[in-house]
Amino acid sequence: MSEFQPKIVVFACNWCSYAGIDLAGSSRLEYPPNLSVVRVMCSSRVSIEMILKALERGADGVLVTGCHPGDCHYITGNYNTLRRYHLLRKMLEDLGLNGRVRLEWISASEGERFAQVAKEFVEEIKKLGPLIIREEVV
Amino acid sequence: MAKAKIALYWCASCGGCEEAIVDLAEKILDVVDKADIVFWPVALDFKKSDVENYPDKYIDVCFINGAIRFSEHEEMAKLLRRKSKMVIAFGSCSHLGGIPGLANLWNKETIFRYVYHEAPTVVNKEGIEPQEKVKEDGMELELPSFWNTVRALDQVIEVDYYIPGCAPTPKIIEDAINAIFTGQLPEKGSVLASQQALCAECPLNETKPEKITLTEIKRVHQIILDHEKCYLTQGVLCLGPVTRGGCDSLCIKGGMPCTGCFGPLDQTIDQGARAASFITSIIEYEDEELIEKVVNDIVDPIGWFYRYSLPKSILKRRNMEVKKK
Amino acid sequence: MEEVRIGIYICHCGKNIAGVINPKRIVEHLSRLPNVVVAKEYLYMCSSPGQSLIEEDIKEYNLNRIIVAACSPRMHEPTFQSALIRAGLNPYLLEMVNIREHATWVHERDPAETEQKVIGLIRAAVHRAINLYPLEVERLPVVKSVLVVGGGIAGIRASLDLAKAGYKVYLVEKNQSIGGKMAQLDKTFPTLDCSQCILTPMMVDVSNNPNIILQTYSVVEEINGRPGEFEVKVRQKARYVDWDACTGCGTCVEKCPARVPSEFDEGLGTRKAIYFDFPQAIPRRPVIDPDHCLYLIKGVCRVCEKFCPTGAIKFEDEDQFLTLKVGAIVVATGYQLYDMRKMYEYGYGKYRNVITGMQLERLSSANGPTSGRITTIEIERGKIKPGKEPETVAIILCAGSRDENHIKYCCRIGCMAGLKHAYYIAHALPNSKIIICYTDIRAFGKGFEEFYQRIRSLPNVFMVRGRPMEIFENKDGSLILDVFDSNTNRRLTINADLVVLETALVPPQGFEEFRKILKISCDPGGFGLELHPKLKPVETTVDGIYLAGFIQGPKDIPDTVAHAGAAAAAASAFLAKGYIESIPYLAHVDEDICSGCGVCVSVCPYDAITIEVTDGRRLAKVNSVKCKGCGACAAACPSGAMQQHYFTDKQILSEVSALAEGVVA
Repeated sequence: MSEFQPKIVVFACNWCSYAGIDLAGSSRLEYPPNLSVVRVMCSSRVSIEMILKALERGADGVLVTGCHPGDCHYITGNYNTLRRYHLLRKMLEDLGLNGRVRLEWISASEGERFAQVAKEFVEEIKKLGPLIIREEVV
Repeated sequence: MAKAKIALYWCASCGGCEEAIVDLAEKILDVVDKADIVFWPVALDFKKSDVENYPDKYIDVCFINGAIRFSEHEEMAKLLRRKSKMVIAFGSCSHLGGIPGLANLWNKETIFRYVYHEAPTVVNKEGIEPQEKVKEDGMELELPSFWNTVRALDQVIEVDYYIPGCAPTPKIIEDAINAIFTGQLPEKGSVLASQQALCAECPLNETKPEKITLTEIKRVHQIILDHEKCYLTQGVLCLGPVTRGGCDSLCIKGGMPCTGCFGPLDQTIDQGARAASFITSIIEYEDEELIEKVVNDIVDPIGWFYRYSLPKSILKRRNMEVKKK
Repeated sequence: MEEVRIGIYICHCGKNIAGVINPKRIVEHLSRLPNVVVAKEYLYMCSSPGQSLIEEDIKEYNLNRIIVAACSPRMHEPTFQSALIRAGLNPYLLEMVNIREHATWVHERDPAETEQKVIGLIRAAVHRAINLYPLEVERLPVVKSVLVVGGGIAGIRASLDLAKAGYKVYLVEKNQSIGGKMAQLDKTFPTLDCSQCILTPMMVDVSNNPNIILQTYSVVEEINGRPGEFEVKVRQKARYVDWDACTGCGTCVEKCPARVPSEFDEGLGTRKAIYFDFPQAIPRRPVIDPDHCLYLIKGVCRVCEKFCPTGAIKFEDEDQFLTLKVGAIVVATGYQLYDMRKMYEYGYGKYRNVITGMQLERLSSANGPTSGRITTIEIERGKIKPGKEPETVAIILCAGSRDENHIKYCCRIGCMAGLKHAYYIAHALPNSKIIICYTDIRAFGKGFEEFYQRIRSLPNVFMVRGRPMEIFENKDGSLILDVFDSNTNRRLTINADLVVLETALVPPQGFEEFRKILKISCDPGGFGLELHPKLKPVETTVDGIYLAGFIQGPKDIPDTVAHAGAAAAAASAFLAKGYIESIPYLAHVDEDICSGCGVCVSVCPYDAITIEVTDGRRLAKVNSVKCKGCGACAAACPSGAMQQHYFTDKQILSEVSALAEGVVA
């Protein structure tokens, strides 16, 4: 049996994180192909619904990225993300989804950091195994 | 015009929805005037076999309350669907899974383990659990299957309309019945209530300051509420903004914050996730420790935000695999 | 509704993409996706033939959505948007898929998996594209005037450039006079020009320029409006002097009996309670310091009033508020010295002979408290007095800078300033001994290395590579430095009569609040954040607001002046265009659903949303000019009434769902 390859959805803000991920690209920093990026203008646009939807539809993990606190292109947008993440983490515990969602601040200059986070997160999710939310009706 | 035939049935419910119908008081006579009740096990002596004997689509309107917990619920729902022209999910449990839906944080195994073994009030030395099939005096008795997951009605059968609420308010029932009998129904699949959140009709909405920020979150027993001021702005989790209106703000007028029984609006797919997104957006702090403190004020976020809607949420239930580890 | 007809174009980007995956094979796969009418691949999509391919297909196949799978949208989105415009299609019906930066460049080792990922990304784009709709941008007018905040060398240069270009400039300065930090300097490195001699003529130019309205002793309190039409509320602090009546004769200053430590002289000298910042102040109009004026605090004195020949003293003066309408804003608020009292080990503020580099500038300046004599400091009955000529002076570079416990970044000035200070002392006191404790000498600028070589070869200048661990004070006020010299691997004990700290430099006091008024971001050091570190060094995240000089990050004078000139040029270009285009990705409200709950109002970082009562209903209204399109309100909206164009719930959710599903046959 081939090794489990997790599917990971990444949300990235246009100004810091998306640029940082681009930088990982232009610097040719190898990381696993398990992650696919969704671009938003600001991480504060990412609602909890979007994260849960990804998990429901087959993602094994979700990585939310944004500008470092204090660096947000939209002044305070990423604090919404931070607050949302704290509550979401608590909710995910109750929903049996510990460790499936991670928040990382990636600045436009942190391509290397993104590649590192990507590798780490893929490994973590591999350890957790595939996420199959069975309805377990019967 | 011939009198319409209506049926009423309950699945996993508390009986409050039945009460709500009784609460129509003398107005129920108008209903009886226009319709014959052909099935209502709570109040009238009908049997399942009576329904089975009706021809298909015999019932004009069938109101089903309660969530789908047992195999029996599904069986009856499917039977009534076949026999009815129109099925209406009545009340939060039928509409969204309701309070019984919170059992989706467990499954059959964990519920049984607690209820029949671990609960402090249980004495069960033999470790007996309910069996689906039991032989007693040479007769085989059968109980319905208890399922792992509670579902809303539309996750089992096709539903034409929804009357929301825990329980539906007299006015909303009346309006729905009028709409049904006059044929003035909206698009199939609609929820027969407001298309706006509760705030739109809440008498306290206009007391909100320009900006709402929360520095702490309190449960109602931890605060003496000012009933002239928006509860949310007092730090109490009122789900009015995230909940469909149409209830005439009965809870608010009764001095309690909204707990969300009318469910989400059409444009949102997950009431609890929306609630969490909006609440965290108005927490004042930027400092992680302070954020954590406020978040920890929310003692049971799933129970609070998904009080009525867990089975209809995006994830529908707890993922049990992690727990087993 | 119009049928969705999608065209997909995969760029080879030479070998950058096609060297890893096989675009031809992907194209075959894509034609099976919903609504895809045509899928093609080409060597360089961004080239002229590549763009023409799209334009021709739009017409031939009647396409109404275009997906380009190529490089990052941050790179070529505008390129392909213009191709759509040329073909008569709304540019926001374009969806770019980043298969180069996000796939082929980073997963080279895994071509098969990369191909699957690329198909998944394009599939998600198809689902998103189906939900796209055309967007319009508006043209909004621009007011042809500009606010420059800060009257240091950056603000002066920017104001002069903008005034020359014909714009009306409001130069707002918090102090009584313009001139800023540069006015306090004796000389400038590496050329050792006299600072005052090169600065004061520019100050005079500012005061004589009819296009510049000088508004000193004033602060910006509020900024409303939008790029191109900002409304700026300025508080002019109570001056207690009628500047129109005043002739600047200075009699009042001369007669005032109250002496106060002088800010300009860094506390080493005194000024009066009615004062000019410094003798060459522009405007030459004094102000009364209400915290020290005997009449204002005790109700007796009024000497200035008695002697004023024009009756300009106005004790009843109050703060006044002005509203300015400007199209653009140049932020030139400079820097301040890091509070050296936070470095206990150096004893600044406790040991009288530990001074800052800026204090040495004042000692060395002809218009300073010692008229240019460099001395130790004595304190007599609580008053600071010049002491003797120091025999040994230690200069400590990186005092507070490049320090995990204090300021992490390099101040970019200290090395050269320290060398310059060594020169001051060596020049004024040829028999003295000067010890420079350095970390590294960073001599990167024009003429810097030469200057360094020149100073270090002076016979009485000694270089020690190490920062003192601690400084102790002797009874006579002289100092003992404990320092490890990593050049010689020895721990040294240095006796010095005077210690000069080349202090860390930080954003000015109040800038954190001010940048929030401006609604611009900052970097980890607290300086204003430029839009792009290389390509947009003066622009900010807010259109029409530009950074000039030190406030964007540490700079010496030549860099500050160049940066200020660039900021002025950028502001000029912005104003000259005459209009701005609105952002298309704005928030908008579905009024049928909005419940007026007000959550969005609380979330918006730009105050762009208000609740207004319409026909008895409370409804959220988005000010499309103030909205910057972050989407925070859309994620927070409890009812789904608030959406962000181009990033609606439906658009994002369809993309997310498709990505999570992965490649399905």
